[in-house]
Amino acid sequence: MAIRINGAEVQAPGDARVSLLDFLREHLHLTGTKVGCNQGACGACTVIIDGERVLSCLTLAAQADGRSVTTIEGLSADGALNPLQVAFIEHDGFQCGYCTPGQICAATAMLQEIERGMPSYVTADLAAERATLTAQEIRERMSGNLCRCGAHNGIVEAIMQVATERAA
Amino acid sequence: MTRVQNVVVESVKTVLGWVPAQWLPGGTPDPLIGRSAAIGRQASRLDGPQKVSGQARFAAEVPMEGLSYAAFVHSPVTRARIARLETQAAEAAPGVILVMTHRNMPRISPLALISITDLSAVGNSSLPILQDENVRYNGQVVAVVVAETQEQADHAAALIEIDYDTVPAKTHFEDAKARARTPASVLIDKNHVTVGNAERELTQAAHRVDAVYRTPGHNHNAIELHAVTVAWQDGSLIVHDATQMIAPSAGALAKVFGLKKEQVRVLSPFVGGGFGGKGLWDHQILAIAAARLTGRPLRLMLSREGVYRIIGGRTPTEQRVAIGANTEGRFTALVHTGYSIMLPYGACPEQYTSSARALYSAKSVEIVQHHVDLDIVPNTYMRAPGESVGTFALESAVDELAHQMGIDPIELRRRNEPERHPISGAPFSQRALITAYAEGARRFGWEHRSAEPGTRRDGEWRIGMGCATGSFPYARMPSTNVRITLKRDGSAIVACSAQEMGMGTSTVQVQHAADRLGLPVDMITFEMGDSSLPASAMAGGSSQTASIAGAILAATDKLTGELLRLAGNDSPVAGLRTGDVRLTDQGVASLEEPWRHESYRSILDRAQRDEVSITAAGSAPLEMLKFAMNSSSAVFCELRVSDVTGEVRIDRLLGSFDCGTILNPKTAASQFKGGMIMGIGLALTEETLFDERSGRIMNATLADYHVPSHLDVPDIEVIWTGIPDPRSPLGARGIGEIGITGVAAAIANAVFNATGKRIRELPITLDKLL
Repeated sequence: MAIRINGAEVQAPGDARVSLLDFLREHLHLTGTKVGCNQGACGACTVIIDGERVLSCLTLAAQADGRSVTTIEGLSADGALNPLQVAFIEHDGFQCGYCTPGQICAATAMLQEIERGMPSYVTADLAAERATLTAQEIRERMSGNLCRCGAHNGIVEAIMQVATERAA
Repeated sequence: MTRVQNVVVESVKTVLGWVPAQWLPGGTPDPLIGRSAAIGRQASRLDGPQKVSGQARFAAEVPMEGLSYAAFVHSPVTRARIARLETQAAEAAPGVILVMTHRNMPRISPLALISITDLSAVGNSSLPILQDENVRYNGQVVAVVVAETQEQADHAAALIEIDYDTVPAKTHFEDAKARARTPASVLIDKNHVTVGNAERELTQAAHRVDAVYRTPGHNHNAIELHAVTVAWQDGSLIVHDATQMIAPSAGALAKVFGLKKEQVRVLSPFVGGGFGGKGLWDHQILAIAAARLTGRPLRLMLSREGVYRIIGGRTPTEQRVAIGANTEGRFTALVHTGYSIMLPYGACPEQYTSSARALYSAKSVEIVQHHVDLDIVPNTYMRAPGESVGTFALESAVDELAHQMGIDPIELRRRNEPERHPISGAPFSQRALITAYAEGARRFGWEHRSAEPGTRRDGEWRIGMGCATGSFPYARMPSTNVRITLKRDGSAIVACSAQEMGMGTSTVQVQHAADRLGLPVDMITFEMGDSSLPASAMAGGSSQTASIAGAILAATDKLTGELLRLAGNDSPVAGLRTGDVRLTDQGVASLEEPWRHESYRSILDRAQRDEVSITAAGSAPLEMLKFAMNSSSAVFCELRVSDVTGEVRIDRLLGSFDCGTILNPKTAASQFKGGMIMGIGLALTEETLFDERSGRIMNATLADYHVPSHLDVPDIEVIWTGIPDPRSPLGARGIGEIGITGVAAAIANAVFNATGKRIRELPITLDKLL
């Protein structure tokens, strides 16, 4: 078995204690995935495994065996920024840039969750086939990703712009 | 700070009071004010593509051959002597290279504390670092394990056994107040200020408020953990650090380890948030010492708990504010006194009375701060030290007085707006707080506020509006240097050791240099984040932008002289002097006869030079002493308070700022909002819980210390007067910290307006409203 990371097959580490986060950063030098707390409280380490957003600090690398992991490096293939990344720059959805990869990975998977019809705590009509995307929906669904610089407004605007363009 | 310092500062201010303004920096307004092209433009961050793609490289991400990893053991007790220390099991554990304790830690020189009289000093603590068997605060590092992998280091650290002989410790704020000290000065200000007899005026005042306000400790909680990757190479030291004080750290580390300054290189091109917390603390020194013992490169990243344990945050404060007013609402007495922690081995006095010194005219004044001593990790500067928590007390009190008198709180402030600085009597360089209030109130719809508390309601929610003033002084740091290199192809490189923690340093300075040098922005490169570049000061006191701008201004003057020299007699600008020309259209032009112009390319071609390079320091920032230079803001809030749960939801927040020229509206708005969001945390959720029985921080995690999350943050509106400050480079004053000031009071005042409950102790949690 192996872990598929951004499309490439990688052998899982020998030491069973290695988290997916440390595996990415220290073994593979994929340092776009960030460490902010190592205990699932900040969201900086968010990656996408088989389409779901996952906290890589609370995931052992061994748990990703046989699965497909996408990190921030995998979202901008061939160096071309994707529309969400461009929108983050346009709306100034970051300052120091440290929580940014986690925000972007989380937002990417979050938009797919909405497309799949998953409701949230603030969804008014739980029976609706698909929640209406409002700023409040984005805020609730992104609340697992902390930002200390205070770029929240820009992050929400960037996500909203991309979602609106996609729906059009 | 000493009485001598008071005398020196007062004497300089007095002398400068006599010196004509035009002799001083800013005496003639910066010619770029009002004629800028790139400045003032809505520019996206130049480092944006790197940051959104995960390519921006932070301190813990530098790859190195043969890297080792460190883990710390923190003391679980507060004051003690280590009685037994067993490291054998750890040393024998797989992969372990070194266990370092006080027994084998190299002996080092003490660290000089941050000081306004020695800008090269950057220590937050002067306590010995692993030099003896004594524990002086809870969480202090008592052992370091270095191993081949992080997992091995973490495991081995858990195998170290330590017995402590504990001794009684000072851990009670209330008890320590009895032994409080009263310093002669607080930062640059004389501490105890008395004008008239404020206590007597207070008793005789027609209206008065007199209350005690409390704020808890806070932690910076930058999302990036403190980290270093260090390597010794042939006796020289390379430190990839997460720091907001690059050049000063390099100098300080050289002193600590007995090296020459040029033997230490500190690099920190990106910092994942600082807010005052990313300074020089024990962890860098321990990592460097351990790497010296092992001879291997080493990476150390603190755990989140480790950050709480050994990086100090903001002190708790207890502040008394009393205001007396006559029947017209003019202040006859203003009292702002209180207690905060300032350790004999710490550096930060938390100047919470600063706003009371700058904001209002009053017939009598009594201001003094007292310092409390506890056995804890030293507190340090955190975003808007002083004003962030000081404005909560002062601006709550103003609101209380306005309510008591039945006057609109904005009108009450207008009636007490000073014409000159209330304490020093110095003229304001520029001040338009009343304009900021007027524009903010109009935009916010302040006229819809009900003066009577508790009268607006929507179902279970009570709705209220509040406002408050924010304030932060201008600062420009001396000893900020830049190098400008003009190339033959007409491009330029501007370089200095400055730091980027999200302020947009390079973006804004490239905009500035473009206007200053008459070049398009895409022909300018900004190099920074490396102590081998010309030294700039720390990023603190909202000073970096003005400090670098001042240095670029000075370097441009020198460069202009050099270009005229190189142009010689065969140039259209021949015979002109520095004062006769300006840099424009990628060359030098006569001010009087603009058609006399020669391009840089042409000048360098003729002189057969590939480049011309100039290094210069900004002028001494004497404008700060001659003029009262203060930014201010009007903050407006509308919120809901649930009758059922006591929950507070902020619906609207607006900041109206008076901060001089706004250099880049996009990044400036972000910085203002960022500060205001930290203000939401300050008001509603943030609190470092300190166990006074044990001396230990109880909530050393991001799960238990609540910074605002997305759902806590509404759309925030930010506007500004944009009036240039004629005394500062570019007419700008720093904006990194003012955003947080005034916010807690605006929220507390809105809570009062919604509920009729006056909360004088932060954070405003649900229990206080039920």
